[in-house]
Amino acid sequence: MPEKFDVIVVGAGPAGSAAALVCARNGLNTLLIERGEYPGSKNVMGGVLFSKDLRELIPEFWKEAPLERPVVDHRYWVLGEQSALQIGYKGMEWGEEPYNTFVVQRAKFDQWFAQKAVEAGALLINKTVVTECIVEKGKVVGVRTDRPDGDLYADVVVLADGVNSLLAQQLGFRKEHKPGDVALCVMECINLPKEKVNDRFNIKDNQGVAIELFGDATKGNFGAGFLYTTNDGINIGVGTTVAAMVKEKLKPYDLLDQLKAHPSIKPLLEGGESAEYLAHLIPEGGYRSVQKVVGNGVVVVGDAASLVNAINGEGSNMAMHSGHLAAKAIVLAKKRGDFSESGLSSYREALNDSFIMKDLEKYKDVPHTLETYPQYFKEYMPTLTKAVGKFFTVDGTTQREKQKEIIKMFTGKKGTFKMITDIYRVFKAVK
Amino acid sequence: MSIVEESKGVWVFIEQNGGKIEGVSLELLGAGRKLADKLQVPLAGMLLGDGIKSLSSQVITYGADEVYLVDHPVLKTYRTESYMKSAFHLIKKFKPEILLYGATSNGKDLASALATDLATGLTADTTHLDIDLENRLLEASRPAFGGNIMATILCKKQRPQMATVRPKVMKELEPDTSRQGKIFEETVELKESDMRTKVLKIVNDVTNKANLADAHVIVCGGKGMGTEENFQLLYQLADVIGATVGGTRDVVEAGWLPHHMQIGQTGETVSPKIYIGVAVSGAIQHTVGMIHSDLIIAINKDPNAPIFDSAHYGLVGDAMEIVPMLIEQFKQMRNAKGGEISYA
Amino acid sequence: MHIVVCVKQVPDTKIIKINPKTNTLDRKSAPAILNPFDAHAVQEAVKIKRLTGGTVSVLSMGPPQAVDVIKESVEIGADRGYLISDRAFAGADTLATSYALSKAMEKIGKEIPVDMVICGKHAIDGDTGQVGPGLARRLDVPPVTNVLEVSEVNAKENTVLLKRKLTSGYELVQANLPCLLTVEKEINEVEYSALPDMIKAAKYKPVVWTVDDLVNVDRTQLGLKGSPTVVGKSFTPPKPEGGQKLQGSSKDQVKKLMEVLQDKKNLLFQSSN
Ligand SMILES: Cc1cc2nc3c(=O)[nH]c(=O)nc-3n(C[C@H](O)[C@H](O)[C@H](O)COP(=O)(O)OP(=O)(O)OC[C@H]3O[C@@H](n4cnc5c(N)ncnc54)[C@H](O)[C@@H]3O)c2cc1C
Ligand SMILES: Cc1cc2nc3c(=O)[nH]c(=O)nc-3n(C[C@H](O)[C@H](O)[C@H](O)COP(=O)(O)OP(=O)(O)OC[C@H]3O[C@@H](n4cnc5c(N)ncnc54)[C@H](O)[C@@H]3O)c2cc1C
Ligand SMILES: Nc1ncnc2c1ncn2[C@@H]1O[C@H](COP(=O)(O)O)[C@@H](O)[C@H]1O
Repeated sequence: MPEKFDVIVVGAGPAGSAAALVCARNGLNTLLIERGEYPGSKNVMGGVLFSKDLRELIPEFWKEAPLERPVVDHRYWVLGEQSALQIGYKGMEWGEEPYNTFVVQRAKFDQWFAQKAVEAGALLINKTVVTECIVEKGKVVGVRTDRPDGDLYADVVVLADGVNSLLAQQLGFRKEHKPGDVALCVMECINLPKEKVNDRFNIKDNQGVAIELFGDATKGNFGAGFLYTTNDGINIGVGTTVAAMVKEKLKPYDLLDQLKAHPSIKPLLEGGESAEYLAHLIPEGGYRSVQKVVGNGVVVVGDAASLVNAINGEGSNMAMHSGHLAAKAIVLAKKRGDFSESGLSSYREALNDSFIMKDLEKYKDVPHTLETYPQYFKEYMPTLTKAVGKFFTVDGTTQREKQKEIIKMFTGKKGTFKMITDIYRVFKAVK
Repeated sequence: MSIVEESKGVWVFIEQNGGKIEGVSLELLGAGRKLADKLQVPLAGMLLGDGIKSLSSQVITYGADEVYLVDHPVLKTYRTESYMKSAFHLIKKFKPEILLYGATSNGKDLASALATDLATGLTADTTHLDIDLENRLLEASRPAFGGNIMATILCKKQRPQMATVRPKVMKELEPDTSRQGKIFEETVELKESDMRTKVLKIVNDVTNKANLADAHVIVCGGKGMGTEENFQLLYQLADVIGATVGGTRDVVEAGWLPHHMQIGQTGETVSPKIYIGVAVSGAIQHTVGMIHSDLIIAINKDPNAPIFDSAHYGLVGDAMEIVPMLIEQFKQMRNAKGGEISYA
Repeated sequence: MHIVVCVKQVPDTKIIKINPKTNTLDRKSAPAILNPFDAHAVQEAVKIKRLTGGTVSVLSMGPPQAVDVIKESVEIGADRGYLISDRAFAGADTLATSYALSKAMEKIGKEIPVDMVICGKHAIDGDTGQVGPGLARRLDVPPVTNVLEVSEVNAKENTVLLKRKLTSGYELVQANLPCLLTVEKEINEVEYSALPDMIKAAKYKPVVWTVDDLVNVDRTQLGLKGSPTVVGKSFTPPKPEGGQKLQGSSKDQVKKLMEVLQDKKNLLFQSSN
């Protein structure tokens, strides 16, 4: 008889590790399952982490967490072809405890954060993919993994498996993302000597700059770009909705190259060495795309529940906070011994009362007529998810190949043109 | 007198299999000769086996002044225990200051075991040997791990100073049948019944696998080829110019090539007429294995790749773009030349 | 049957990249991994255990983080793991390493007598392959290096039948137990661990010993002190003269190269007649 846990958390990103941490602290027998070599190995984020929500979990985290620079200077640039309209705020108070935001490198940060959950008593296993939830009598009772003897049981399963949460889809909690709801974001980590970074942004070692980029950064499409300073380098990236991507025949990596070549950005990157090239989806859907987050024996947190604030580029903080809230609900359910949907519903309520849903509500009025174009779900979205899946799961392949892969994905099947025109119609409707 | 002072002479372990001396042992006699001359001490071969006395003359024609041998039925096939016991006896009695081994399965095995019993230092896969005369020290150099530099390993307080060397790194001397030498035969107490291992049979691999060492032209692929599929492209190139395909250790680690196709410090050492390195970064552990090629051509997309320091001609660009062009060009050149390619 | 596998934590040399300008390795990019050959060693021990029953232990010498490679060994199916970790071991060459390992091995043997020791063919941070045979000598058991296959384990007769790789070909060797093997990669495929083993590993707390936990140790044989080899000078090897990068587009570069090769084409194309 396979071991039974109180809680199984799927995915060791900010959401999953936060949930596991809180569950473990409350004495629940918690298992955290991560598919990557180690937590963060596959994760992508530009890097601005809002301090507040992590502080609630680990009060003085900056004393131990692997962080890059605290952001003291937050700039917003609207790019023209050759120009940039620049506004920003530089606040030295941001450079002092408790700080406002930090730039983080996910590969390091996620590993540390998951370790915190382990120290609190959670078990972490890596290199293991959860393939489905085990459902009995309409209740989630455990997970199935890709390993031999791979079934495990638990009172509650927490789905923290990130943006295109296949598990939540399998449970019918949500549909596949719609092209208007999801941005494909490509980013690059660039190494630069500390001194260079300091000079170019006129900051000190322990000060960081975050620049949000709009306008020409996405060739005017819905989406944004960013440029963040790390300890000895720069993270730069750009993302736009998949709908726009296909409509404008934009290739995300071309966008990035153009962005890097922009006269007001190029000098900042001069002489840097590209260290990493990453791509990932961000759910941009906001309020409307947040669907079912609680079921019998299961809760959904973080990106898996589309809890991302596209405008402020917030996500990791919402991920942590939602994980935190879900864990509290589970602890409560444990006390009552009721893990049914109603027994766990306090999570949904807490979520509604939290800043998360309030923020997201801001954009609830994006009309959704996509359903009228069935081929979306039959063809394009699966293609997309596959494409993106390839994009960040194919390990060891070069950037060039990844890019070829993606294009193949889109041009296979029905041919791009038909797809574009279809999407164009829909996109107009969405606008 | 201390072990350091009383130890004299340069020795080479003469590895023989079925009465045939391994090439690497003859190469080491060549290298040992230089060391011995610098130190002005005799060069000796350490010869172990069954019915191998007759090989002594060959050892001498290839540069040795002396041969120390143990000839015993128990030594018929190589076994760590019997060989180690015999070698240990010879070394303890005649006290060489330097002892070199070929870095073969058996050579490494014997050297490692002996180093332990003699409590002395052993440097693996040395690519360069020299003498520090004033301290009478063996300078055994090998690529340093992490950093494109060579590190010289010394063994100051223990004797003999020992090192293993991969085949083809050193050059053998012209055999000189007029050379004279002394032969010291020792008897060592060996009983088959004491042996804890038995060699039941030896199977020689007859499949004539492509041999890098003999290739006139080598196309060497690196991890930068990206995928095993892309790597196949190199066989097309090799085909047109009649080259043999080799690779870096990373390529072998990835399973794209068998180990005997690895070029470098711990692989094969090659010196073809032409070496073409494609998507090879040029780490020192690799370049030490190809640097003596007559003509080195490198293709790499990174203009700063170290390989360009080792290349006569460098092409900066994407292999997947350049290699097909080369294949085209070579086809034309071949046809122009009307040459059926063969290196008979 | 009690099999002890020696496992080493090494930097992933496939990922470490050397900065061509500074000529130093950039450690940021160098995660520590279980030496690949040792993974095969553990796997082989586990396979043997399936046939004969018994226990598989792993032993490692290294910094505290080296517990990771022990946990990874447990994922593969090892039952228990020992880490010897102490400043005194630091800077050990292969001679001092095999000494420290042999002392730990003696202590493990007191808990359960050891029938077989398995090492990797070599550790990829040095490719030396000297620790295995050295350890065998210290334990006074016969070493069999470069093993391609464990063909038979005869628990009754206390012998194993082994296929040993030679420079060209292989040999069949029968060895008495206890003995020490060093294994090639070809010996097996490392299996995809079952989930229960993953969980076991996640829970597992290896035994950690310092020098003081080991019995009658001669400290002069440990670490730097116990290492007869020392690194002398280091230097950059000579480069070939007159190296040059061809200029221009890929097309131009190829054209230039072909011009160069025109004169050398007899090197390339010696017609057979
Ligand atoms: C380019 C980019 C820039 C961003 N910039 C910012 C920013 O500046 N600030 C900010 O706050 N947010 C940013 N975000 C958003 C932020 O990254 C996400 O909101 C956040 O990572 C969500 O965390 P999560 O734990 O919900 O999901 P993830 O971080 O995606 O974690 C999911 C985890 O689950 C694992 N997993 C998935 N499926 C399985 C499975 N089946 N079995 C086992 N494990 C599985 C994955 O390997 C991963 O570790 C950015 C996102 C992108 C793509
Ligand atoms: C003890 C020890 C012994 C070793 N022994 C050996 C040995 O015997 N032989 C050996 O080879 N190595 C050996 N190594 C490994 C060596 O240190 C290097 O890690 C290895 O040689 C690197 O292999 P690589 O050049 O194929 O891969 P990488 O170092 O990854 O280089 C790939 C190169 O390809 C280039 N590239 C990528 N894409 C393209 C493209 N599309 N077009 C053109 N170029 C491209 C990149 O710019 C890069 O320079 C040893 C290491 C150690 C520690
Ligand atoms: N520090 C160590 N701890 C445990 N085992 C080791 C250690 N160093 C070497 N070994 C073992 O010896 C084998 C050969 O290592 P090496 O001689 O360093 O190439 C490795 O594959 C390991 O099995």
